[in-house]
Amino acid sequence: MPVPTPFHSRTSALCTSYRWKDWAGFYAVCSYDTNHDREYFAFRHAAGLLDVSPLFKYRVVGSDAAEFLAFVMARDIRRVKPFQVSYCCFCDGKGKVIDDGTVARLGETDYRVTSASPSLRWLQEHARGFGVQIRDESESVAALALQGPTSREILKQVSQDADLDHLRFFRIAQARIDGIPVEISRTGYTGDLGYEIWLRAQDASPVWDRLMTAGSSYGAVPAGLDALDVTRVEAGFILQGVDYHSATRCPTESRKSSPFEIGLEWTVDLEREPFMGQEALRLEKREGSRWSLVGLEISWEELERLYETHGLPPHLPAAAWRTAVPLYDGQRQIGRATSGSWSPLLKKNLALASVETRYAEPGKRFQIEHTAEYERRTLTATVVPRPFFNPERKRA
Amino acid sequence: MASQLDAVIVGGGHNGLVCAAYLARAGRKVMVLERRPVLGGAAVSEEVFPGFTFSVFSYVVSLLRPEIIRDLELSRFGLQLIPLECAFTPLPDGNSLCRWSDWEQSRREIERFSKRDAEIYPAYSQAMMQMGRFVKPILSMTPPDPASRNPAELWELLQLGRRFAALGEEERFLKLKMFTMSAVDFLDRWFESDVLKATMSVSGIIGTFQGVRSPGTAYVLLHHYMGEIDGAFRSWGFSRGGTGQVSLAIAGSARHHGAGIRTEAPIEKILVKDGLARGVVLEGGEEILSKLVISSVDPHLTFLKMVGPEHLEDEFIEAIRRYKLRGSSGKVNLALDRVPEFKCRPGVGPHLRGDVAISPSIDYLERAYDEAKYGRYSRRPYLNVVIPSLCDPSVAPPGKHVMSIFVQYAPYHLREGAAAWPSQREAFGDAVIDTLAEYCPTLRDSILHRQVLTPWDIEQITGLGEGNIFQGELSLEQIFFLRPAPRWARYRTPVRNLWMCGSAVHPGGGIMGAPGANAAREILRSGTL
Ligand SMILES: Cc1cc2nc3c(=O)[nH]c(=O)nc-3n(C[C@H](O)[C@H](O)[C@H](O)COP(=O)(O)OP(=O)(O)OC[C@H]3O[C@@H](n4cnc5c(N)ncnc54)[C@H](O)[C@@H]3O)c2cc1C
Repeated sequence: MPVPTPFHSRTSALCTSYRWKDWAGFYAVCSYDTNHDREYFAFRHAAGLLDVSPLFKYRVVGSDAAEFLAFVMARDIRRVKPFQVSYCCFCDGKGKVIDDGTVARLGETDYRVTSASPSLRWLQEHARGFGVQIRDESESVAALALQGPTSREILKQVSQDADLDHLRFFRIAQARIDGIPVEISRTGYTGDLGYEIWLRAQDASPVWDRLMTAGSSYGAVPAGLDALDVTRVEAGFILQGVDYHSATRCPTESRKSSPFEIGLEWTVDLEREPFMGQEALRLEKREGSRWSLVGLEISWEELERLYETHGLPPHLPAAAWRTAVPLYDGQRQIGRATSGSWSPLLKKNLALASVETRYAEPGKRFQIEHTAEYERRTLTATVVPRPFFNPERKRA
Repeated sequence: MASQLDAVIVGGGHNGLVCAAYLARAGRKVMVLERRPVLGGAAVSEEVFPGFTFSVFSYVVSLLRPEIIRDLELSRFGLQLIPLECAFTPLPDGNSLCRWSDWEQSRREIERFSKRDAEIYPAYSQAMMQMGRFVKPILSMTPPDPASRNPAELWELLQLGRRFAALGEEERFLKLKMFTMSAVDFLDRWFESDVLKATMSVSGIIGTFQGVRSPGTAYVLLHHYMGEIDGAFRSWGFSRGGTGQVSLAIAGSARHHGAGIRTEAPIEKILVKDGLARGVVLEGGEEILSKLVISSVDPHLTFLKMVGPEHLEDEFIEAIRRYKLRGSSGKVNLALDRVPEFKCRPGVGPHLRGDVAISPSIDYLERAYDEAKYGRYSRRPYLNVVIPSLCDPSVAPPGKHVMSIFVQYAPYHLREGAAAWPSQREAFGDAVIDTLAEYCPTLRDSILHRQVLTPWDIEQITGLGEGNIFQGELSLEQIFFLRPAPRWARYRTPVRNLWMCGSAVHPGGGIMGAPGANAAREILRSGTL
């Protein structure tokens, strides 16, 4: 049975829908309302406040911290400046991705690593010979995401000691909220202007309350994972366990993915001192990857026509989906769409997919399975660049 | 002198801009000329009072064609729509009705008035969806001319007939009825509760000079359901930053594709020589030549003023003169210090995140219409109220709010004549505030500023003839192949190289974009460019 997060007293009082799910062993709100619409639109028009405490968080401290992280991560963490955050992934010895997350540099030799699944053992095992200590602070550090166009104004109202106007994309700052020490990073999973706030678990309630009170004048609402799921698809972000699987948890080799195969090539710094998986990744880089992760736009006109043949108006699930759906070129299966959503913002039917690399170019078309009126049919899907939605304010 | 421009577009309302964007996207050289300093026409956002941005005229977006959003990449150029969460109807007796997207929640609300109505409500929605599905393709169609001998047009007509034949017998009957019935008669077939029927019937009269019992008003109810099946799931929405943002996003896309856009460029005349449109003359005399002229303003303005009767045949002029504008609505925009609470449902709850209708009974609506028939504005009008700042904080300072009140009836032709409107403007505004304050006693104390717009003001500011919000009523005798005149519903006009692309052509008014897009398609197809 899941356990409560540090914000549970607050989130449970607001969750009138009783819709919860298990996120890494914690109770997490799916949507506070019977559906997630208001929360989704708050992320895009105002702000949503999301409890992200279930993320795994590790503190890596010591004179060799940068060297060590550069060794385990595919990205060269030595280049991360103080108070910078880096998105990266780490691989096993065969270059297969175990997890993706962020590394925040909180001091000269002080880093916080976040991941989707437990990674303490993996990190510790590879720390031998490095002058580092690794501490699991998953439970002692609580975290909130405040995402959306008014998030900066809200944080400016409540925080002291941080210059939020100048906190750039993927930077982090020490600050206080009503005297309570926090770190505020300009990061998130919605692809919008947004921040994450890291705090001691015991301070959870007052920080939540302060943000909610200040946020009310800026349209902020508490938001759950259903709304997040739509925004993350629009942002084109992958999810471990859905769009790819951790190499340590795959029953078969074929299910594992390299960073190149899941759209993370830009996080791989290949030519440098040895790091985990480097040889395999070099080889793959030379020989090419079997799979590629792509963004798909599924034809709305065909969907409409398909339903019309049944005498029905078009229908799509209102929530994001994450059960894999086959993709075909003629009779042959060439990949799978792993998650997707109708984008209320773009008025487009979107999906993320793994396809054979030769189908990965933008503009390529193939078929995606779609079940209408109990019949399995196909619709045309077109490869389009990710992110699907990329507002200027995200970085500005 | 060879003209440089392929087309000049008269008016930078959203339809003119849509037309420009599609033509520019197809590589044509176009220039939009807008009289006002701001773009958008009736879909415009203006910071009327410091810190308070109003959707000055149109206030909710419903039928904006999703294919236009996709084709013109409007979200990339700043368009973001936020759905209304509910439809709230406060009542004078302390009761109220709120319809939500959560069906069970709506059922509980409707049950307070009639359990039988609550039970049939989903079936009604479904029937309307099915009928909407039938009508929807018509929106993006160029109306075929029933008198035509052109095989292509006959083919379109045949397709339409086939679609109709494919409907079930019951649906066919329903559909035919719908075209001719009044909104109330139509709803009577389904429901018994006066409260429910009254509030549902108003969508049949918006923008028309008709009452909820006037024949033909049922058809407009359909439009409510049409957006639903566009895959928008919840179709009525605010535009972040106001409805002007729709126009600005379209303008952004048009510019991106190379269209030129000039504001403060009022057009005086459309240049016609030897029966051919050749460009326009601005006030002040500047001439701008182009291969085509495409007008997005209403037919009175286009033909009677800009072209001039001397270039047109009498029969056509007669048809245009008969084309009914008859504005019947006004608007009051308020800057508020706080959210006013409703007596019947106190608190700032989710019931205020949709639209609020003052439409307590069918008799109330009929009485409001009665006054208008005799050239007076309704003392107790139908109001449609929204507080977009609750969902979109960008339009008001933190903690403050904007309220938009759409008012019907406010007949353009007052008994004392339209020119009497300025002297009745504030009294009209007071009647609106008084009406709302009966439900919302703290309203007056929370008003910081107010802007009152009568149909006369609407005409003065936007050029919409007689202040008609749809550039002409959406009544039976002037929709589809009759809009704006028989034989001239295919975006062409009797003046060669002069085209129409605004709400006065099929499929009509509303922030829909379809007239602009259909016109562009028809122009490109015609091979004249
Ligand atoms: C008060 C009000 C409320 C409404 N509410 C809604 C609503 O909530 N939802 C909805 O969907 N629809 C609503 N509508 C209707 C909708 O806004 C209009 O149907 C639509 O915006 C018209 O767009 P258009 O581009 O066809 O024409 P217009 O918006 O009328 O554009 C015409 C343009 O031409 C310009 N122009 C006029 N004369 C000249 C000249 N001589 N030279 C150059 N330019 C000129 C005008 O300034 C204007 O910009 C409302 C309308 C009004 C007035």
